[in-house]
Amino acid sequence: MTSVALTVNGSRCEADVEPRQLLVYFLRDRLGLKGTNVGCDTTSCGACTVLVDDESVKSCTVFAVQADGSEVTTVEGLARGDALHPVQQAFHEQHALQCGYCTPGFVLATVSLLKENPNPSETEIREGLEGNLCRCTGYHNIVKAVQAAARAGA
Amino acid sequence: MENLSLEGALTVTFVRSLLAHANIVDVDATAAEALPNVQVMTAADLDLGVFGPGFPDVNPSMGRPLLVVDRVRFVGDIIAIVISDDSATGADAAELVYVDYDQLPAVVSPHESAKDEALLFPEAGTNVATRAGSPEHDENLFDGCDVVVSGTFVSQRMAPCPLEARSAAAELGPDGRITAWLSTQTPHQDRTALAETLGLDPAQIRVVGLDVGGGFGAKTLNVEEVLVVWLARRLGRPVRWTETRSESMTALPHGRAASLEYTIGGTRDGKVLAYRLEVLQDCGAYASVGAVLPGLTGLMASGVYAIPRIEFESRSVVTNTTPVSAFRGAGRPEASQAIERAIDTFAAELGMDPAEVRRRNFIPTNAFPYTTASHAAYDSGDYEGALELALRSVGYDALRDEQRQRRERAATTQLGIGISCYVEITNGIAEIEFGEVEITRDGGAIVRTGSFSHGQGHETTFAMIAAERLGLPVEKVTVHKGDTDEVARGTGTYGSKSTQIGGAAARLAADDVLEVAKQLVGDYLEASPADIVLDPALGRLHVAGAHSLGISWADLALRASADGRLAELRAEHEFQAAAPTFPFGAHVAVVEVDTETGRVELRRLVAVDDAGTLINPLIAQGQVHGGIAAGVAQALYEDFVYDDDGNPLTGTFVGYAFPSSADLPSWEAVEMETPTPLNVLGAKGIGESGTIGATPAVHNAVVDALAPLGVRNVDLPANGENVWRALRKAKA
Repeated sequence: MTSVALTVNGSRCEADVEPRQLLVYFLRDRLGLKGTNVGCDTTSCGACTVLVDDESVKSCTVFAVQADGSEVTTVEGLARGDALHPVQQAFHEQHALQCGYCTPGFVLATVSLLKENPNPSETEIREGLEGNLCRCTGYHNIVKAVQAAARAGA
Repeated sequence: MENLSLEGALTVTFVRSLLAHANIVDVDATAAEALPNVQVMTAADLDLGVFGPGFPDVNPSMGRPLLVVDRVRFVGDIIAIVISDDSATGADAAELVYVDYDQLPAVVSPHESAKDEALLFPEAGTNVATRAGSPEHDENLFDGCDVVVSGTFVSQRMAPCPLEARSAAAELGPDGRITAWLSTQTPHQDRTALAETLGLDPAQIRVVGLDVGGGFGAKTLNVEEVLVVWLARRLGRPVRWTETRSESMTALPHGRAASLEYTIGGTRDGKVLAYRLEVLQDCGAYASVGAVLPGLTGLMASGVYAIPRIEFESRSVVTNTTPVSAFRGAGRPEASQAIERAIDTFAAELGMDPAEVRRRNFIPTNAFPYTTASHAAYDSGDYEGALELALRSVGYDALRDEQRQRRERAATTQLGIGISCYVEITNGIAEIEFGEVEITRDGGAIVRTGSFSHGQGHETTFAMIAAERLGLPVEKVTVHKGDTDEVARGTGTYGSKSTQIGGAAARLAADDVLEVAKQLVGDYLEASPADIVLDPALGRLHVAGAHSLGISWADLALRASADGRLAELRAEHEFQAAAPTFPFGAHVAVVEVDTETGRVELRRLVAVDDAGTLINPLIAQGQVHGGIAAGVAQALYEDFVYDDDGNPLTGTFVGYAFPSSADLPSWEAVEMETPTPLNVLGAKGIGESGTIGATPAVHNAVVDALAPLGVRNVDLPANGENVWRALRKAKA
């Protein structure tokens, strides 16, 4: 067991973890943050995307011990009270989700993308979200949602 | 599903075959069972029979044992079950189960399988699971044809890839009833099938479908779910199982996998007179839904065309691969892919514009209802209208000009324009669906539906349907589905049937509740119920012509509640349409193909999809977008591949070409609404149309781009490699 200390959605937490425990299972099983989904086991689909120190990472490919000392944001940490984060709001308004399983990952990848590039072109959006897979939407409305979020200054 | 918290649940891990075809000599679980709290079970511990095939015309000896007894038939077949406290221990233990295999030659190609040389089920005496259509050839089928052309291609095997892989949990209650939480599309059907397989009364089983992360046809009851439920009963402890993606890629049934061979003939002026389609369907290792899907291909063989003579024949054979079931389209994409390639091949042979050949053969708009020579009874359609709308939207003439210019200057990057006009069948066996509407104490309503929703948005669409009939704001209506204890009956969601039957049932139940409410209001206002009308704008029932003499839903619910009469404000309705419906449309794809490297880029895809009346256009368009993406995925990217020994080569998301946003353009979806007379909503299905229309449009576009170079066909997926091969072949 290894001791880790990190901040998750603004709350400090300390825990002893198995060195082989992946960050995603630490978040889901230890902290009960079930909004982060597991979609593959090969770092391909991005369903498990979270922010580590404001940068999007696939939490299925990071050990919990690697996040020691970091600030982690999951989808649960985006809304402010009842007010959705502008990216969440845009996904809702543009019907950018159907089954919703990939959505937390897409939302966090979008937050990170818009931080790096507040006004992306369609091509930049498509390439920026290349690491996230969706089977339901054909990406059309996801791209529209990112554009809407950019317009809203997310 | 994984979010379900289930106190004290044991974890199930399946030990799966690493070989495609082998006899099992021995399974040694000693090392695995030495791990703490690990138990291993094999077929010897099981008191269950065989799962499937479940279709009367399918060879009954090709069902799937719940655990393999002595022979594995595909990589992923289940040999043993590991039960452990947690999934990490389960994974460790599964690796320690030692399986001694005696390898057999693998039958991977359906063409090899059809020779019946090596048999998967020796007792069956054949690898053919079932046949459809007629093996008789009419020697005179193509009489009177000036031009007869043939072609063959494979509608390749695809993995459905719902983003949430499967998951199941089960718990035996103190009353002896079992609750099963399944990642499924069909809770009620699963309850029935579980009861049959486990020898239980359906009343002893509760199936709950929670939030399900996509299904695409593949998530119906399978052996894994049966085993989980059986284990919960056997162990008397709650159990759960969640598959990994790599597991899912070989364990969740695949789709398509049909070899298509067509011959089409007609006159020099472009009139098609005869068409023959032969299908060799790969069922995978055990015969199930996939075996019978060619029946739908045959039914839809004629497409949107009035073809006087049609012959269809199919054989479904087993191979040492993952079993094949329904995937978005399920039997109908294959029909469209074949006839649309055939029409283009015919047009190319005539030197005629493919749009013009289509115009000359459409079933005329005034001919509906229309029965094709392949025996489908189409309800309504406007095929020429859809094509003209699509051609206008894409700017067809200008694109042909651009294409001509590129061809004249022998540009390296050629332009291809592909057309696909499709019709498909939804609610294919005209099923019955259940709807119930109940007015709640606060004057809102609950809709209970036998349809399921795993991303289709029925929670919104069905609420809109009931809200509109009752004059309630949509936020006051909630939709309940997926719990067999709460929803009395149901069939679930597949085959694009939910809105047209589940939505219609919800609407009819809402109408029934309104009638009951009129009785109650009549009692309260001392008026005849026949004189009570609904003001839908205000959500208020009042005496006709006397607006002041009325009562709102909220007040009615309050008063009925106080009088103990609230329960009267509830109605069930079962709806069954007289026949299936036939959505249709026209897609035009524009591709650029690099004639040196074979690289294909999809520039545009214009899709006209007509699914009758749309309830919620935003949701319907979302279905179209996702459908198109799956169709394009088949046309350009995905292919589930095995090596000659039956080892999957694309068994993860790394190897399998699931397209990302960077691989696809935005879609140009154009609405068109031709209502069906077959339900009160006028709605047809929309979930699979985009998939069915898109694949042949893109396929035709790629071949069209390369036509000046002598290319007549490109294998699917028309990716860089297959295009490059087609170019090499044409040059040779």
